[in-house]
Amino acid sequence: MTAASPASPAMSWRPVLARGVVLRHDRVRGTDLLLLPERVVVLDGSAGGVLRLCDGVRDVAAVVTELAVRHPAAPVAAEVPEFLNRLRKEGWLR
Amino acid sequence: MTAPPAPPTPPHPPGPPWALLAELTHACPLRCGYCSNPVELVSRSGELSTEQWSEVFRQAGALGVVHTHLSGGEPLLRRDLPDLVAAADGAGLYTQLVTSGVGLGERRLAELNGAGLRSVQLSVQHADRVTAERIAGARSFTAKERAARLIREAGLPLGVNAVLHRGNLDDLDGLIRLALDWGADRIELANTQYHGWAARNRAGLLPTPAQVERARARVARWRERLGGTLELVWVAPDLVDATAKPCMGGWGAVSLTVAPDGTVLPCPAAGTLPGLDPPNVTHRELAWIWRESRAFNAFRGESWMPEPCRGCALRTVDHGGCRCQAYALTGDATRTDPACRHAPDHPLVEALVQGAADCADPPAYVYRGGVR
Repeated sequence: MTAASPASPAMSWRPVLARGVVLRHDRVRGTDLLLLPERVVVLDGSAGGVLRLCDGVRDVAAVVTELAVRHPAAPVAAEVPEFLNRLRKEGWLR
Repeated sequence: MTAPPAPPTPPHPPGPPWALLAELTHACPLRCGYCSNPVELVSRSGELSTEQWSEVFRQAGALGVVHTHLSGGEPLLRRDLPDLVAAADGAGLYTQLVTSGVGLGERRLAELNGAGLRSVQLSVQHADRVTAERIAGARSFTAKERAARLIREAGLPLGVNAVLHRGNLDDLDGLIRLALDWGADRIELANTQYHGWAARNRAGLLPTPAQVERARARVARWRERLGGTLELVWVAPDLVDATAKPCMGGWGAVSLTVAPDGTVLPCPAAGTLPGLDPPNVTHRELAWIWRESRAFNAFRGESWMPEPCRGCALRTVDHGGCRCQAYALTGDATRTDPACRHAPDHPLVEALVQGAADCADPPAYVYRGGVR
């Protein structure tokens, strides 16, 4: 898969958690969680860090840029837009 | 203080609980025949105080609980509900109100929303007003319509819950259309569990297998039509399906229930089981109750299981079914859930279901009196 260009729709929306969705660090289990009505999503590894940047102000391109600075060796541009899009389809991001 | 009896050793140390069902009060403006709360209700004067509930939420959060369902009875009858929502939210709990909608006005909802309420589950009995109020035993339909509108206007996620039985299964399409019309994000179609008061009305509530079959086909059609746009949950009728339910996701595995007087139980109906010696938050820390108490370890894991559960592949799916149902139907909580087609006591359930199929004119509901 190739990374989307910065001007594409996949990069220009400004993700933010949907109403009723809460991102929380679970100290007891040592993991990040998405909390929804009647549902808990356990987030793997860096997913919580990605979602903490989704403030409705940054667009996807800005989220990717910021993560690339933090994690220079990670395939951020290839994976993050796809990850965010998947969460949008679930209705957890808007 | 005397030493508590030594609990049986659980097979594995339990992981932390995810959810807390907080039954704030047993008082309720509705008198639904299918009510699964106990026959003997806790009086208003026996309820935990604001401070005691706040401490329950704090301990629950520290223990690993992330979701709380503020339920009852009707939780709106607690005047301190906004304080309780704030306490739960402050403890890091995702807080859902489970309500009949009666008493949910604009100002009340704004207070709750401001206190940190995250979502609302609203009950509905039938799409037809007159039938709905006959099932609920009280005027309530207009209040529900208003509540649904206010919840949507407040931007809170709305779940609609309908308990299904003989008197509304044939109107499933109407119930789903009503929930869609109300703007629900989620619809839970929960077939009646015959616990507490509901057991008294079993003959009036138990559906015929033909009704269940038609309803199941309708749910499948709605799921196809709605795609993934709306979550449609079907809680199966275990007796008619001859399949044990995975009750509470396993005993003492996922959640705790705190009754209005502070009694802590692995499931809302477990207070009826003999010898459980249910602990109370006014005497014990929630962490001890979850990990050490006799009540939470009694049916934890698989070592308690009788045959045929012990050697059955389904035991990891249904966790041996419902202990309260085993007790209610056989008088012995350690028996295999008679709902299961493999259970030695399953003929009891077959007779009940056959009785419903043969009965042309089910009895009227017996309504309970109020809570003092």
